[in-house]
Amino acid sequence: MYNNSLFFEMPDAEPVVFFNDIYKALNINYPKFFKMDNLCKVVFLAVEVLLKDVSLRDKYKPEETGIVFSNANSSLDTDIRYFQSSLEAPSPALFVYTLPNVAIGELCIRHGIKGETACFVFDIFDALFQAWYADTLLETCGIKACISGWADFYDGKFEAFFYLVETGSDNLSIKHNSENIDKLYNQVWKN
Amino acid sequence: MATLKKEIFEQLNLQHVKPEDIAYDQPLFVEGLGLDSIDALELIVLLQQKYGIKLANPAEGPKIFYSIKTMAEYITAHKKQ
Repeated sequence: MYNNSLFFEMPDAEPVVFFNDIYKALNINYPKFFKMDNLCKVVFLAVEVLLKDVSLRDKYKPEETGIVFSNANSSLDTDIRYFQSSLEAPSPALFVYTLPNVAIGELCIRHGIKGETACFVFDIFDALFQAWYADTLLETCGIKACISGWADFYDGKFEAFFYLVETGSDNLSIKHNSENIDKLYNQVWKN
Repeated sequence: MATLKKEIFEQLNLQHVKPEDIAYDQPLFVEGLGLDSIDALELIVLLQQKYGIKLANPAEGPKIFYSIKTMAEYITAHKKQ
């Protein structure tokens, strides 16, 4: 879903097939994508969709954009795969993804972001905390835009929900508060 | 060298390029396949895992991993019998 409209659909597709097909549909040329672990792919693709009509590089200085990201399973999916690889020969390519905030790093590289970032692990999506933290970054850390959201991948199941918070407003803006974030989050899963 | 090329593509999960597009003497890093430092570590693991070769001197890395051809030559010279 993108702005409450269906953007891409592949019912019952395996994650790897879904990720590769949405990558192609987005017409991206970013070879590093194929090296990423599944969590990073979820985050990367969700934010590609979020920013498909917006260039943060054009609108803001690198240090004026921040990221607040949370999920439930941290990097556990890759942690387990790395542990399994370590029984024979530990894979350096898996090891580099055994932290959830690596997904933030991938976003920073892709979109030229150098502002404040944070990663949190919660049982479920917490709109109140998410709104409060993004507001804090906007009010105290000199950022003017914040990519905010939730993305999780574990054992073949995944979900992602991202939105862009910006200072100022226009006619299309939705006020940034936990009620509106909750509303958007529930709308996505209802559809 | 064809087997080694296949192993490299599998080990590094190279999906953005086809094996037939890479010549045996083409550079693997930077202007060639565009591999990075993590890929270099994966290639060291590959040498150890598949051919029982431990890289004694890391400074030799750039020469050994220059291309598939240089890797194959190193493997031929150092492979455990």
